[in-house]
Order: sequence, then C-alpha cells, then structure tokens
Amino acid sequence: MKAGNKEEILLQERRRMSIKTDTFIKIVLLCVSLVTVFALFAVFFFIFSEALPAFTSIGFVEFLSGHIWNPTSPTNPSYGILPLLCGTFLVSLGASIIAIPIGIGCTIYLAELAHPKIKSILKPAIEILAGIPSVVYGFFALIILSDWIVAVFNNTYRLNALNGAIMLAVMMIPIMVSLSEEAINSVPQDLREAAYALGATKWETLRGVIIPAALSGIAAAIMLSIGRAVGETMTVLMACGNTPVITWDMLSSVQTMTAAIAIEMGEVNFNSLHYHALFGVGAVLFVITFAINIIADIVLAKFAEAYH
Amino acid sequence: MNRRLKEKLYFSLFRACGALVVIALGILLAYIIMGGIGTISLEFLTQFPKKGMTEGGIFPAIVGTIYLCIIVILFSVPVGVLSAIYFVEYERNNLFKKILRVVVHNLAGVPSIVYGLLGLGLFVMALDFGFSLIAAGLTVGLLVLPLIISATREALLAVPNSVREASIALGATKWQTVRHHVVPYAMSGILTGIILSLSRAAGETAPILMTGAAYYMRHLPDSIFSQFMALPFHLYTVATQSSDLMATRPIQYGTAFVLLILVIGMNLMAIILRRRFRKKYRW
Repeated sequence: MKAGNKEEILLQERRRMSIKTDTFIKIVLLCVSLVTVFALFAVFFFIFSEALPAFTSIGFVEFLSGHIWNPTSPTNPSYGILPLLCGTFLVSLGASIIAIPIGIGCTIYLAELAHPKIKSILKPAIEILAGIPSVVYGFFALIILSDWIVAVFNNTYRLNALNGAIMLAVMMIPIMVSLSEEAINSVPQDLREAAYALGATKWETLRGVIIPAALSGIAAAIMLSIGRAVGETMTVLMACGNTPVITWDMLSSVQTMTAAIAIEMGEVNFNSLHYHALFGVGAVLFVITFAINIIADIVLAKFAEAYH
Repeated sequence: MNRRLKEKLYFSLFRACGALVVIALGILLAYIIMGGIGTISLEFLTQFPKKGMTEGGIFPAIVGTIYLCIIVILFSVPVGVLSAIYFVEYERNNLFKKILRVVVHNLAGVPSIVYGLLGLGLFVMALDFGFSLIAAGLTVGLLVLPLIISATREALLAVPNSVREASIALGATKWQTVRHHVVPYAMSGILTGIILSLSRAAGETAPILMTGAAYYMRHLPDSIFSQFMALPFHLYTVATQSSDLMATRPIQYGTAFVLLILVIGMNLMAIILRRRFRKKYRW
C-alpha cells in the first residue's frame, strides 16, 4: 500500500510539474507571437513614417503627378513619380497580356485534361519555374532575350519594356497556375457529373460550368500574380534599361518604381529629401500591392462562401 | 462548327499552353546549364575572385549566401514556427486570428524591395548595424517570416482534431499533445515550408543589395557586422557592372548556374518531401 501511495504522490507531482511547464510554454509562445505581430506591423509603419517627410515637403499631389523624375540633378532636382508609375504599369500590363491567356490555358490543361503522368512532370516544372530567383530571370533577359528581341524588331533600345514584360510573364504564370488550379479543383464533382448527365461534352462542361464556377478563384489568382509583377525588382532592373520616361512604346527603355529604388538607394544621403522620396515610392508600391492583395482576398472569400 | 471538333480545337490550344510552360523552363535551364557547365570547376567553387573579378572563383559568394541562410534559420524559423503554433493551437480569439491571417498573407505579397527599404532604414541606419551580414539577414528574415508562418499554419491545420482530442482524453497536457503528436505529424509540412523559404532567402537580391552585400571582398566576413558577398548579388554585379562584360561572361554563367542548382536543389527537396508526406499519412 505504502509503495502505491508513494507512486501516487510522484505521479501527482509530475502532473503538477507538467501543468506548470504547460503554462510556461504558453506564455513563451504568446510572447514570440506578439513579437511577430509587432514586427509585421512595424514594417508597415516604418515605411510610411520615413515616406512622410517627402509627402509634406514635395507635396503629395506633386509627388504623384510630377512628370519628371530626376532626383540627382544638382541644380533642380525633381521628384515626380509619374514616369516610374508609367513604367511599372507598362511592363506589368505587357506581362499580364502575355501571361493571363497562357496561364489560364495551362491551368485548364493541368487541372482537367492532363494525363496523371504528364501532370507529374508539368506540376514540378511549374513549381521549379516559381522557385527560380528573379536575378536569374533578369540575367536571361539581359543577355539572351534582349538579343532575340533585337533580331525580331530591329529596335534601337536593346533593353526595353517588352524584354521585361516577357520575362515577368514567365514569372507570373507559375503563380497564376498553382493558385487557379486550386480554384478549379475545388469546384464540386457533382457539378461536372450533372453537366455530363445532360449530354454536355467535356468542353461545354468546362466553359459552361467549371470555369464560371471557378471564376472568382481564377480572378483572384490573376490579381495576385499581377501584384507580384508590380513588385518584382531584379528582372525589370536588368531587363528594362532604366530610363524614367512616360511612354506607351513597348520597345523603348523604361524604369519602374522598384528599379528606381534599387538603383538610387545605394547613393543617397541618409535623411535627405531623395532618401525620403524613395521611401515615398516604396510606400506607393506598398499601397498598390496591398490593395491588390486585399481585393483578391475579398474575391476569394466570396468564392469560398458560394460552395459551403 | 461541329461540337467535337470545337472541343478538340480548344483542348489542343490548352495543351499548347501547358507545353509552352515546359518549353520556357527547358530553354531557360538549357541556356544557363550549357553556358555555365564549362566554367564550373573545383577552383571556381573554392577560390576568391581575381583581377577585378574577371578571373577566379566565387567562393566568398557561396559562403556569404550560406551565412545569410544561417541567420534566417536562427531568427525566422523559430519565431515563425512558434508563432504559428501559438496561433493555431492556443489562441482562442477568432478575430485576432483572422487579423493575423490577413496581415501575414498580405505581407507575403509586399515587394521584396520594400523590405530592402525597411532593412536600410531600420537595421542599417536607425539601429546602426551598418551595411552588414546581420542587417541583411534580419531583412531577409522578415521577408520570409510570413512564408514560414503560413506554411506552418497550413501544416498544423491539416492535422485532424481527433488526434488532439485523443491525446487530451488520455490525460496529456496541451503542450504534451502539441509536442508529441501535432507537431510530429505536421513536421514534413513545416520542413517543406522552411526549405522553400530558405531557397527564397538564398535567391533574394533586392533586399541584400541595399543592406550589406558587397561588390567584392578580399576575405570572408569575420563577424556578423561585416559586409559579405552573396551569389545573387554577385550575379547582378558581374552581369551589369563588370569592367569587361564580354570577358566575364563565363563567370556570369557560372554564378547563375551555381545559384540555379542551389535553389532548384532546395525546391526539389521540398517537392520530394511533400510527396513522401502525402503517402505516409492519410486521414
């Protein structure tokens, strides 16, 4: 009996200890996660607080609508980011025009048509494409793709918006395909079967049932990949030639917001107007990509609701 | 048009799109591998650059990239994984969870150059780390933190609740349940996320360009406060700023090749791990 009691006490003691450990661990985890939340919010606040001096001294409207970006001019520095906005827009638009149809086609093939064996090649290929560093894409655009574009268009600028757009398209497609494949896969099987039962062909089922059902998911995937293209730095930095001009010509050299930050940040003086102006560009970029992401989230949430 | 014919037409169009993606990957890999394979040698991998980087190897860039990854492992992996465990297993407040999910998801979409700005302003300037390994490491660490958190979150959520309930019913405490049951089941998912985040960290250029990567160094970094060379930044500089672009072309290809192998190797590891995990556990 006595031995049993001793064991009982030991057991209780151990149980008490493990409950103590439990509380301790919970507190540690809480602290770590608060640090994380704090760090993530700090990212947001820091960018905007560093950008604020630029908005106040240049003028917010002037900053957004100025036609000349020439911050390094010794006599008359000019901080209008319209050329950079225009460059970003032109390159991302070009990339989207190439990537969206190919991406959707590839998604449909992958999700609905491909033989499992082909799927087991195509899927890793897409994942690898998504994992390649952007500087490698930039390198390819710089030395190989630009030559091909010159050979085809016989253009004056070796590095131009089209060069960047094609490369960005290659980078957008994997993101788009993997996200929109999920959307197509989550369309309930009964919908397909119902369509087949009514005598629809596979294509009619796809066009009339599956694609409309997955549409908001596909739309969200497209938006997210556009967000990626807008924020991409190294590829456009190496491919587009870096001339801040306002143009619609895909074959002219342009500069994006990201490229301007990457190039100029190395040479600015800490706390100068130029320094704050670059944070201003960063803040605008942040707002654009954040807005794209939030809208994509809302679209996706609506989509998820429809099938639950 | 005939219904069947129409179907065939569209389907071959979709097939062509799929083929195009594989072809794009093939072309890219072929050019970099064909261009780089001739440069790769033991000397290239183990020597310092010479003669204004027109000759010699990329040893310091490889070491710098590894150092950077080590800082990310030491900082972001524990913080990210522990936070995710707290939020999935402990936090009861759904609004707080929802807010965190939105924040994490959206910060994963914030351009890497914006993290570079943050790193420059906060770590290099405000905290006075200077252009250094630690400033770059923390910047890249913050950048991959959302990725690690969401990968861990997904992996933990995939473990069915019955596992937790069974463990609690047998008298285990919460932490014992998490440590001995939930985390081991989620481990492959968590590891996959970590490996992918590291491959991202190894390939990022924009943030380290602004926070501490050096164009050329004669010695390896001797502390976390010294500058460092890194493969992606090295590729960027030799490809755009070298004194003789044509003469350094083999070095450019060689660096691209090494970086590509490193990153693809990590990605393949993650793909294989995920596949094995799917076969191992079926709920």
